[in-house]
Amino acid sequence: MTEQLSDKSKQALINLLYQLADDDFILAFRGSEWLGLAPHIEEDVAYSSINQDTMGHAAMFYKLLEDLGEGDVDELSHARKSTLRKNAVMLELANGPGHYLKEPNYDWAFTVVRNYYYSQAKKVKIDSLKQSSYKPLADAAVKVSMELYYHLLHWTVWFKQLIQAGGEAKEKMINAIKKAEADFGDVLSLGPLAEDIVQSGFIESETVLTQAFHKRMDPVFQGLSIPYSGRFQQINGKGRYGEHTEELVQALDTINEVYKINPKAVW
Amino acid sequence: MNQSGSTEQEKYELFMNRIKAGEKIEADDWMPEEYRKVLIKLISMHGISEIMGALPEKEWVPKAPSLKRKLGIMAKVQDEMGHGQLLLRVTEDLMKPLGRTREDIMNDLFTGDLKFHNVFHMEAPTWGDAGLIGWLVDGAAIITQTNMLGASYGPYARALKRICAEEVFHAQHGEAIIMALAEGTEEQKAMVQDAVNRWWEPLLMFFGPGDAKALGTSKQDITAKYGIRTKSNEELRQDFFTKYVPRILSLGLTIPDSTMHYSKEAEQWIYQQPDWAEFKKIVQNKGPKSQERLRLRKLSYENNEWVRKALSPAIDAG
Repeated sequence: MTEQLSDKSKQALINLLYQLADDDFILAFRGSEWLGLAPHIEEDVAYSSINQDTMGHAAMFYKLLEDLGEGDVDELSHARKSTLRKNAVMLELANGPGHYLKEPNYDWAFTVVRNYYYSQAKKVKIDSLKQSSYKPLADAAVKVSMELYYHLLHWTVWFKQLIQAGGEAKEKMINAIKKAEADFGDVLSLGPLAEDIVQSGFIESETVLTQAFHKRMDPVFQGLSIPYSGRFQQINGKGRYGEHTEELVQALDTINEVYKINPKAVW
Repeated sequence: MNQSGSTEQEKYELFMNRIKAGEKIEADDWMPEEYRKVLIKLISMHGISEIMGALPEKEWVPKAPSLKRKLGIMAKVQDEMGHGQLLLRVTEDLMKPLGRTREDIMNDLFTGDLKFHNVFHMEAPTWGDAGLIGWLVDGAAIITQTNMLGASYGPYARALKRICAEEVFHAQHGEAIIMALAEGTEEQKAMVQDAVNRWWEPLLMFFGPGDAKALGTSKQDITAKYGIRTKSNEELRQDFFTKYVPRILSLGLTIPDSTMHYSKEAEQWIYQQPDWAEFKKIVQNKGPKSQERLRLRKLSYENNEWVRKALSPAIDAG
């Protein structure tokens, strides 16, 4: 299948796959830091299930990269430096102050908002990817879609319930929305090769995806009687361009702590 | 069955006859206070140990060295949390007539009134520990839990059936990590041996003292009387040796106890007793990681108080 792709198209496809893989990988990592710390035990079980799915999606996208000759999946997920990562910055930000083993003062409101916004954006992208001109990617999108349906349900319940609770919960959620939106522009960006990605028919344009996203979010905010800004920034950097925060560097140090002892060894 | 007209003694005799006949006791059935209390203690400790037990392995979830291992250990730790939830639900039903709730369980954990298993107070400093916990700690848990599969209390026996089935996968997951390390580089082999050395004594302690002499008290007799368990602590420890000593040795590992051997005359394994005074200290939350792990649990409880508050009207209405 890849024989039919021009070099330009292939590079665009690889770039898009890195975005998809790195997004899911880092968010699943952030989710795994919450293990044992979620607001209640039922949520610990449910959130952990979502993180496994998300890590599984990352593994599928890394496998597509491996098939395109980019290297071994474990090397791609563990060994690449932060500057080579293409994930959106919003997804790499720490869960809150502290370390996952020491004084983790994690912010559940930000976690809910980040996951809700991301799941909505992922839904828009995955729906578009089902029609991707690259068949293996379209097939992967169908598989992801089945699990994403439940993730979206889960985060929608949390998002609505915590805002509807009013008081301190609502206040925390509004602040978390501001924090997420300050870097959410990255999530809907297709990066430096956007034009080639779209022209090759791998996914629809940023404009189409963004409009579809607004169409999903606007009624939710209306239903909750809170204003929907629809304006997103990238204040901490442009992840699709390899710009990342120190928080990603620290995350990668944790992720590859064992792997780097001996990358050639079988673990 | 309707026992409202019976005296306490008649109810008790009927209850004991049901247990002897192998009938299952259900949450709403009449039961002696001693039975209820011993079950609450046993099952809440089991449940909270599953939850606290997620913490040492959780350390290794973000660090697992491959995508396959990441997915495996994520699923494994999630199962443990799931077991905790299942067991707390069973305990909640038992505590209901006493007016106690899950909140009390958590508070008892924080005050030290509710203990968790000795193994989960220990350090897990390397990836070798992550494998060893799955292989041998879960292996030991399978031995103690299958001993209670026929427990007279129906809800616990049913929960254990599901838990044991999942623990078998965990032991296989742990064994796969250990096998990869044992067949790997010198550094990886040393990592496993190191973990075995570290965990050997806690593993012996896991089954509890052989008799009341070691600690002054033992619930073994009460649990046997009520048909909750059949084998003694020592019998279970011997079963563990029979199953795992040959496996450990076959991987080229050594057991850090030069006296360890099987005596044909005595028909049992001879071994060095662990330090039971140390065991007592550990389960009183004075183990190497007790306070740190309790702090994690407590911090999450405090930090998320606003979430519980926000959800409570929905729960009340529901």
